[in-house]
Amino acid sequence: MLTAIRRGLRRGPLPQDQAAMLDGRLAGHPRHLIPARSQLPHPQQVDLFVRNVEKEFGTVDRVPDMDAVPGAVADYLATQNLPGSLVMAPHPELQAIPWSARPLLDIREGRAQATDAVSVQHGFAGIAETGTLMLPSAPERPVTLNLLADTEIVVLRASAIVGAYEEAWDRLRAEIGAMPRNVMLVTGPSRSADIEQTLELGAHGPRRLHVVLVEDAGG
Amino acid sequence: MHIATSPAFKDNAHKALGDAGLQKALARSGPSFIARRAAAVAHLPEFERLRETARDIKNHAIANLDFYLEAYEAKVLAAGGKVHWCSTADDARDAVLAICKAAGAKTVTKGKSMIGEEIAINDHLEQHGITPVETDLGEYIIQLRHELPSHIIAPAFHLNMEDWEEAFRESHTDLPADRQFHERRDILTEARTKLRAKFLAADVGITGANFLIAETGSSVIVTNEGNGDLTQTLPRVHIVLASIEKCVPTLEDATSLLRVLARSATGQDFSVYTTFSTGARRPGDLDGPEEYHVVLIDNGRSAMIGTEFQEMLRCIRCAACMNHCPVYGAVGGHAYGWVYPGPMGSVLTPGLIGVDKAGHLPNASTFCGKCESVCPVKIPLPKLMRHWREREFERHLTPAAARTNLGLWAFVARRPSLYRLATRAAAFGLGAFGRRRGRFNSLPFAGGWTKGRDLPAPEGDTFFARYAREQRAGRV
Repeated sequence: MLTAIRRGLRRGPLPQDQAAMLDGRLAGHPRHLIPARSQLPHPQQVDLFVRNVEKEFGTVDRVPDMDAVPGAVADYLATQNLPGSLVMAPHPELQAIPWSARPLLDIREGRAQATDAVSVQHGFAGIAETGTLMLPSAPERPVTLNLLADTEIVVLRASAIVGAYEEAWDRLRAEIGAMPRNVMLVTGPSRSADIEQTLELGAHGPRRLHVVLVEDAGG
Repeated sequence: MHIATSPAFKDNAHKALGDAGLQKALARSGPSFIARRAAAVAHLPEFERLRETARDIKNHAIANLDFYLEAYEAKVLAAGGKVHWCSTADDARDAVLAICKAAGAKTVTKGKSMIGEEIAINDHLEQHGITPVETDLGEYIIQLRHELPSHIIAPAFHLNMEDWEEAFRESHTDLPADRQFHERRDILTEARTKLRAKFLAADVGITGANFLIAETGSSVIVTNEGNGDLTQTLPRVHIVLASIEKCVPTLEDATSLLRVLARSATGQDFSVYTTFSTGARRPGDLDGPEEYHVVLIDNGRSAMIGTEFQEMLRCIRCAACMNHCPVYGAVGGHAYGWVYPGPMGSVLTPGLIGVDKAGHLPNASTFCGKCESVCPVKIPLPKLMRHWREREFERHLTPAAARTNLGLWAFVARRPSLYRLATRAAAFGLGAFGRRRGRFNSLPFAGGWTKGRDLPAPEGDTFFARYAREQRAGRV
């Protein structure tokens, strides 16, 4: 197959200097044109992120600190008439939250099963450009939490919000290093337009996507 | 392989024009795709420059495809995955079957994959006792109805609500027969429940790939439903079907292409789920597949490199060309007779199944140029269709009457004074006969042409004559 490709390109394997140049391009992964819309001061990036999540039919609750998360989660579930039992990512930041403040919440840690109605996931980054969550897989961030529950709640620090996708990739490279097994970029709850090309929410993934945004960025 | 009905394009198109259900679907859905793309583009001032970026990235990737594919494979191996190099559709079918057999698979869930359609993988699995289950909602009903998709991103583009209801009632016989389908949501909910059980039971999940990334060894899928993610996350084995031209160098390159993909396709700023998969489950992971296989398929692509059709390999399968095509809008996708419809299909299909079978497709174009003007990677689709027409002519596949007339026209066109005399006579004659009505609805020797449209009557003069007159008057 490689021979056939090279025949078409009318050359043999790339000479060493050219291959080295391409290796350099892979290692340097240069950015291309980045739309201006997300290149803003951080507080405005946070606002843009929130607007875009809502535009894509997600919901956002802004809370002052991690201690306020259990109340925000319990209140959200109550307003949606959802049960208080949930499956949560075994992430240290989520484990450190004082969940006992809301004793009616019944929390299991681990991956999601088909029977779970509500999941709580740890948000690695938020991308303001389109209101997109970056959710890389890890033992402490199972992928099934993003897929199997009817309602997914993502706890995201405002300081983890960036402007463009490229900034999120750089954060991933800096903080995690090697590419995780799975990286999901999630923009709103699941939907389909396959029936008469008309949008309906709630296809195979979560029917609701709720972001609890923890304002830790100062200001 | 699917039996192509492309040689019968004319009959197919004729039937499509008389198909009331199809015409209803086309009239409803065509304009909405166009409006949504236009709105998304209007909200991104950089869109035109991003198209140029996207074109350049794909050109760079294809010009160095051998290098990037080797780099990609090395990364997949390092992440605990495996790459199966397949030159032909048969090789790919066998590779998939071997992986499924080794996994002891009984059922396989599938995400939407056009290369999967191209190699007809479902038929192959079924013939060997393995049940494939399409999980994209549109693909699911297509499978229930034993059809091919009629659109590359909206497989059930040609169907209406009543078709959905009928197919669901026929197939889901375990559900109460008196259940009601009041709205689209009822269909969606029933499909979700039915397919949830399939996701959980499947032994192998097969997805396509929108991109492969050499930097990281990742495969990328883009969906709105989440079915692709359930397909690649829950079963023990994940198989990626990808054609070779999907490979791009870096995450940044893929990101730039993703910026134009969803906007061109559905008019979304970004699809709901854009997922990067890299190898098998890692130590400590609580979920994810234990095996990760990439079936890398050539099936005619490498033969396009170095030819006038190389530019077609830039295609990122967004479907903007068919959404904006007046021919697709009139006859829908099935008339094209194989896997890829619309302008991109008219260029790709002759390359993949032969211009002898698919020669009608590049001829079924008004050359209005709309497809090229909306293509996110700027493929000159009309030019490439013209190249196929030339090849068809060179291989003497063009019908005798058309060849004779083209020869006659060429003889006259190469003799300017004769050409002017002939066109002046025609303009005068037709002008004199047609002045009263202003148009002809039938003409001798042109019945086929005037059957579907009127010929405006000339106003009695030719362009050359008028140009000379205007020049004399100093107006041009």
